[in-house]
Amino acid sequence: MNIAGYRLPLFSSLILWAILWEILGHTDAKLILPPLSAIFFRIVEIVPTKLFIDALAITGKAFFIGTAIAICVGIPLGVLMGRSKLADDLLMPWVKVFLSAPLSAMVPIIMVLAGIGEATIILTVVLFAIWIVMLNARAGVMNISPSLVDMSRSFGASMYQSFVHIYLWAALPEIIAGIRLGLIRAVKGVIVGQLLVSVVGFGTLFDIYLAHFLMEHFWAVLLVIFAFAFTINELLAWAERSVRYYAASR
Amino acid sequence: MKTADISTMESITVNSAEAKPIVSVRNVHKTYPGGVEALNNISIDFPEGKLTTLLGPSGCGKTTLLKIIAGLLPATSGDILVEGKPVTGPGPERAFVFQDFALMPWANTMRNVAFGLELRGVSRSERESVAERYIEKVGLKGFEKKYPHELSGGMRQRVGLARALAVNAKVLLMDEPFSAVDEQTRRKFQEELLELVANERKTFIFVTHSIEEAVYVSDRIVLLHRRPSRVHAIIEPHITRDVDPEKIRRQPEYLDAVESIWQSLKQYLD
Repeated sequence: MNIAGYRLPLFSSLILWAILWEILGHTDAKLILPPLSAIFFRIVEIVPTKLFIDALAITGKAFFIGTAIAICVGIPLGVLMGRSKLADDLLMPWVKVFLSAPLSAMVPIIMVLAGIGEATIILTVVLFAIWIVMLNARAGVMNISPSLVDMSRSFGASMYQSFVHIYLWAALPEIIAGIRLGLIRAVKGVIVGQLLVSVVGFGTLFDIYLAHFLMEHFWAVLLVIFAFAFTINELLAWAERSVRYYAASR
Repeated sequence: MKTADISTMESITVNSAEAKPIVSVRNVHKTYPGGVEALNNISIDFPEGKLTTLLGPSGCGKTTLLKIIAGLLPATSGDILVEGKPVTGPGPERAFVFQDFALMPWANTMRNVAFGLELRGVSRSERESVAERYIEKVGLKGFEKKYPHELSGGMRQRVGLARALAVNAKVLLMDEPFSAVDEQTRRKFQEELLELVANERKTFIFVTHSIEEAVYVSDRIVLLHRRPSRVHAIIEPHITRDVDPEKIRRQPEYLDAVESIWQSLKQYLD
C-alpha cells in the first residue's frame, strides 16, 4: 500500500483497523465489541485452560481426520473424473449440487445418521471440503497436454508410471489450489458442525460464553480460529507459489 | 529436367529403394470415431539409415500416420512392421520427437533427457551419464540444471531431440519438430539434422508441411494427398549433401524438386 509516495509496511492496514476496533471498544459498543487489547489479554488467559485445550484437541482431531478423508478420497475421484467420461457423467452433478448447496442445512441429517458427536463433525468437514478438492483435481487432469501423455507412452511408461510421473505432477498446481480451498471450507465445516451439535469442542465454549454473555471470551476464541484459518490459507498459498514456475508453462 | 513430371519421378523412384526397409506400412486405413477418414490404404517402405519425409497439406493425415507408426494410435486396418515384427504399441526401437516438445515443465534438462531411461529403470548415475553425453551432443552443455521455461523454443526442442537420442532407438519419428521454432533456428536445425543423419546410423521418419524443408533434409519424400488420403508419389531428390550447407539451397536439383512438388500440391489448395 502506498500513501503520498511512502511505501507502508505489510499489514499496516490491519493495524489501522485494529486501532479503530480498540477505540470503538471503549465506547458504548463494548457490550458486544470489547476493546481488542482486552480480547488479547483474554486469549492469553484462556488458551492455557483445560477447557480450551480440550476443545482445541477435539476440533483439531475432527478437522484433520475430515480433511484427510476429503483429500485422500477427493483427489483420486477427481483424477478419475478427469480421465473417464463415465465417471465424470456420474459424479459431476453431485459435485455441482454440493458446491452450491447451503451445506449447513444438511448437518441435522448427518446428526440423525451419525449421532450427536465426533462422527457428525468429521462427516460435516468431509461434506464441506471434498467437492472443491474433486473439482480441482479433475480440472488439473483435464488440462494436461495430450502430447505429454503421448510422450510418456511413447517412451514405454506403464499406467502407474504415467500416473506418478505425469498426471500427478501436471495436475499438481490445481490439486494444491483445491486442497487450499478445501481446507478453508473444512474450517467452516468444523465450526458449523460444532455450533449445530453444540456439545462438542468449540461449540460448547461458544454456548457457555454466549449464555453468560462473556463477549471477551467469545471474541478470543473467534480470533484464534480466524488466525488458524488464515495461517492454513497462507501455508498452502506458499505451496502453490512453489509450483507456479511450471504452472504457467504447461 | 526443369519442370519434372511427377509421373516420371514416380517411375524412377519406386525401384530405387536400395536399402532394405526397417519400417513397413502395409495397407493402413484409419477412420476416426465419427467417420472421418484420415488414411486410405497407405503402403510405404522406410529404408534403413535414411531420412524419409511425409509431406503433404494439412489434413492429409501425415501426423496420424506417424502416430500409428509410433504405436500411439491404432490403425483401423492394415499392419505396421518394424524390423519384420508387427507394431501393437510403442516400443524401445522407436523414439518420438514432438512438435510442441512435450517436455515435463517441472523437470530440468537433465531429468527430461534421461526420462526415457528412467522409465526403463536404468540407474540414476548411468542414465545421467548417458543424458549428459547427448545434452552435449545437441549443444546444451551448461544447461543441465535449467528448467524448460528458462530455455528458448529452439533449446527446448534440442532437449526433446536429446531425449529421443538418449534411448538409442533405431527409428526416430519426428512430428514437425522445427515448426514451433523461429526461421533462423529452423535453418540451423535442418543443417544439424543432416549431420545427425550422416553420423548416427539411424532411420528418420520426418513429418513436415514445408516443401523446402522436406527437400533440404530428405533422402526420400512421400507425398501424401488428402480426400482421399493416400500416397501420391515418392520422390528421391538426388542432392549432393557433402557441400557447404548454403550451396545445397542453390543446387538445380534442390530447386527442381521444390518446384515439382509445389506443382503437384498446388491443385489441392482450397
